[in-house]
Amino acid sequence: MLRLTACLLLLMRLAAFGEVHPPAQVTAGKGFSISTTGSGDASFYLISPGHVAKREVKLGQDIPVDASDVKKAGRYLAIACGSGGCNSAAFYVMAAEPDKVSFFLHPSRVRVKSNDAINATAFVFDQFYNLVLTPVTVDFKVIPKTGPPIDRPIKSNLGVAWMRVASTPKQGPVKVIAEVGKASEPRVIQQVASDACNLRIKATRTAKAVLIETDPLRDCSGNAIPDGTIVSFTEIDGKGKTTVDVPIKKGIARTQLPVNGRAKISVASGVVIGNEISLGGGL
Amino acid sequence: MKAFLPLFIGLVTAGLVAMAWVESGGLALHEMRSAGTPQEAVEALVTDIQSRNWDRAYARLANSNDFEKQAFIRDLAGSSGSLRTYSSLESFKVWPVEAGADDATMRVRLNWSSAVGPLDDVRDLEVKKEGNVWKVVWPKPQFAKVPPQVIPVNYLRWDVIGRGPTDDWGVQNVDNPNVRITSMNAVERPDRVVIVGEVVNEDTVPAYVNVNATLLNSDSKPMDQEGSFDMISHTLLPRQVSPYRIDFPGFHLQQVKSVRMDVKAMLVPASADPVIAVTDQKMDKDPLGKNVLRGALVNQSGQTVNIAQVLADYYDANGRVIWVSDGYVDQALEPQVAVPFAVDVPDDVASKIHNYHVLVNHYSIHEGS
Repeated sequence: MLRLTACLLLLMRLAAFGEVHPPAQVTAGKGFSISTTGSGDASFYLISPGHVAKREVKLGQDIPVDASDVKKAGRYLAIACGSGGCNSAAFYVMAAEPDKVSFFLHPSRVRVKSNDAINATAFVFDQFYNLVLTPVTVDFKVIPKTGPPIDRPIKSNLGVAWMRVASTPKQGPVKVIAEVGKASEPRVIQQVASDACNLRIKATRTAKAVLIETDPLRDCSGNAIPDGTIVSFTEIDGKGKTTVDVPIKKGIARTQLPVNGRAKISVASGVVIGNEISLGGGL
Repeated sequence: MKAFLPLFIGLVTAGLVAMAWVESGGLALHEMRSAGTPQEAVEALVTDIQSRNWDRAYARLANSNDFEKQAFIRDLAGSSGSLRTYSSLESFKVWPVEAGADDATMRVRLNWSSAVGPLDDVRDLEVKKEGNVWKVVWPKPQFAKVPPQVIPVNYLRWDVIGRGPTDDWGVQNVDNPNVRITSMNAVERPDRVVIVGEVVNEDTVPAYVNVNATLLNSDSKPMDQEGSFDMISHTLLPRQVSPYRIDFPGFHLQQVKSVRMDVKAMLVPASADPVIAVTDQKMDKDPLGKNVLRGALVNQSGQTVNIAQVLADYYDANGRVIWVSDGYVDQALEPQVAVPFAVDVPDDVASKIHNYHVLVNHYSIHEGS
């Protein structure tokens, strides 16, 4: 009973001192007023996730809060302290309208015709870089070098929108754009050829050796295997085995190997094995 | 007192004559004349080579008229920034192969110490008796000469521009290459566990690759972690396959429950040049009777490769990698010139080898890669 009485007395004293009444929810970057009760001079503190502001106010009057004081989204605390003590109230500042988007696109290179290989993730921010937690629609536009563009609107969840999409059969750059309102972030991903398909070699005799070259190297979708890709030639003859790793140049890998008598020549690129040819003796 | 002055003058004169004799090579001549056996002749020659006393070593040769001293020096000291130019002869061993009254064949094993570890060079030397002195007939150094020509090189080079420090968070970067371990095999050796296998660059850009392995015990707790160090071709061009080998000294397979493999790849600038062919590969025995994989390297490009390392992986009848060995070549790879190599293969592995794959790591001073 004694405790209850003490609490009531304290509440009455606080009520007599004055209260601060901020709006329950405020938008970042927009000024507003906090109403107060009571009378007399007081020190007003505004504690935000980013900074703390202090100024002298008159109780019983509205306290204007400048737009620059509420740029950061999060929980704020408004405190008024006078000769009678302190009183406080919390309120939340929510992110403003979507204004910026941070866009992650992985990987930067992807093989053609790969399911769910392209991963696009967009983070939606307002102009003060607060994550916009309310659901907004992010428009993902996938624009391949050839073929029709793909438009995929995705609702964000807690500020993040993501999607997965398959790579197309043709190699080349693919532009992916994430759009929210006026904000637009483009990224480019390279679709690259897959493993060589139908890897074949042919041999031509020269004065001192055999010139071995591949047919133009393409993957199973008809894309040219990029120059610089290593093709391994192996030749086995009476003197032993000869191997050479040759980079593709202008779509073809070629090398000259000395041949002693009968020989077998084979070709491989990575884990792909090509045909084998046999050469008779007598160069 | 009368006898002192002539005696003093006589001693000084004798001293000066002795100094002149030493200076004029009399001592060396004496040493040479003292090579009373083929063993002594070869040992004296190699001792001079070890101390890089080329004049004296050259003077010891029976066939010094057949070639220039510079060719002899180049044969032993190396040239063109080869590994031999960074090596010194640490020790040697000489023993007879054949001995006759006037000629003999001696085998010498030269142990060179180099920046990448010890290198062995075994040579058979013919020794001839000339009067009372044995002299070494040094094999005439043969240096292949490349005819003047223009070799067009237009292979690809990859350069990388990454995300800058001033770029915003979320700005796209270039991803690291995709590499994959295609095979792995744990091999028990007498004093160690060895992990061997192959790794392939599956991407369209070059990769700098490192393979690490962790041995786990029966409680799945790590016992040791090691990396492939130089037993791998670190720079892999697109679709290139490299063997790797990771040694765990002091461990036995029965202690190991499993092995955790970890391959890391970074995107690096690289060049597709030079192309090095590995010709005439065959399993053979060296002069000491050890199993070796022998062959020759031919630099098909136009610039000298200063240091080359041969990496070989060996497969059993099931196509499984059973061993990986390496060897550095102490000669530079001049363009279009075949340079022989031999890498050791353990005897117990040699009997199981069904096939093998050879790769060449290269270092060129002008490229720094």
